[in-house]
Amino acid sequence: MHEMGIAEQLIKIAIDSIPQDIGNPKVEKVNLKIGKLASVVEHSLTFCFEIATKDTPLENARLDIDFIPVTVHCKSCDNNWEVTGPVFKCPFCEDGDVEMITGREIEITSIELVD
Amino acid sequence: MEINIQKRVLEANETEADINRKFFNEQNVFVLNMMSSPGSGKTETLCKTLGKLMPAIRVGVVVGDICTTNDADRLEVTGAKVTQINTDQFGGDCHLAANLIIDSAKQLGCDDIDLLIVENIGNLVCPAEFDIGEDARAVVLSVTEGEDKPLKYPLMFRVADVAILNKIDLLPYLDFDAKLAVDNMKQVHPHLPVFEISAKTEEGFDPWLEWLKIKVFEKTGK
Repeated sequence: MHEMGIAEQLIKIAIDSIPQDIGNPKVEKVNLKIGKLASVVEHSLTFCFEIATKDTPLENARLDIDFIPVTVHCKSCDNNWEVTGPVFKCPFCEDGDVEMITGREIEITSIELVD
Repeated sequence: MEINIQKRVLEANETEADINRKFFNEQNVFVLNMMSSPGSGKTETLCKTLGKLMPAIRVGVVVGDICTTNDADRLEVTGAKVTQINTDQFGGDCHLAANLIIDSAKQLGCDDIDLLIVENIGNLVCPAEFDIGEDARAVVLSVTEGEDKPLKYPLMFRVADVAILNKIDLLPYLDFDAKLAVDNMKQVHPHLPVFEISAKTEEGFDPWLEWLKIKVFEKTGK
C-alpha cells in the first residue's frame, strides 16, 4: 500500500543523481535491489512508478529489480542460512538467537540514461 | 550511460527516525510503537495499560488512524496526554512515517512524560517497514484472527520486540488454538516475548505491565 511513497522517493533519488550538465536527460532503466521480506509488491511499485514518472526524465523508464534472498545468522551457533519461508528458527541449534543479514533491502543501485 | 547510486530508498525516513531517536533520548522518553491489524484491540489494551501504569509512569499517546478521533477520545479518558494523527490529510497513508511522529510528539510535549506510545495504523504490512525512532515495537494479535497470521505477515512479527495475544476471554467460544498461534510467532521470531491477555477482563496483564515497566525503567530510570 505504500508503494507510491517508495516510487516517489526513488524518483527523487534518481533525478538528484543526474549530473546537472546533462541537457534533457532521459532515463531508460532504474536498477533496484529489493529484499524478499521487504513489504514491496512488484506490480504495485511498477504501477505507481509509471504514474509518478509522468513528465519527468524517468517517464517510460523500466524498473529492473534484483530480488535479494532472505539470509539469517544465528548468534548462538554462528551458522548462516537462507530462509525460504516464514520460519526463522535456527535449523542447527533449534533455539538460537537469529538476526537477519539480507532480505529487507529497498535500494536503488543505478540508473541508465539514454546516450 | 550508467550512473551508480547505491542508496536506500527509505533513507529519508531513516534520517527522520534518527532525528526522532535523538530527540526522545534527550527528552528521556521511552517510545513504544504499537502495531496490529485493525480490530485486534490495541486501543482497549492501551486504555487498560495506561490505567495501570499512571500516575507512577507518565504516559503520552500518539494515535494514528486514517480517519476519526474515536481512539484519541477513548484514550483521553485515562488522563494520558493524547494526540491524534489522521493520515487522510497526508494522502490516506497506511502507516505512520517518522516525520509525522516528531511533529505530534512536539505538539504533545515530551518534557513531562516517561513513556510515549504510538498507536500505529491498523495494518500488519506497511508499519513494519517504517522506523519511527522508537525504542521497542509491540505487535498485537487477537484470537478472533487466525493462528497463521505470524506466518502470513512474517516481517511484522520479525521486527517486533514483544507480542500480545489479546481477547483470550473469547477462547472458550472459538476454535482458535492459542498454543499454535504462539508457536507460529516463535517460528518467525524464536525469542519473542509473548503475553496472552484479555483487555476486556484484564486477565494476564501483570507480566505485560512488568515487561513494559522494566523497559521504561531501563531507559529513563523511572
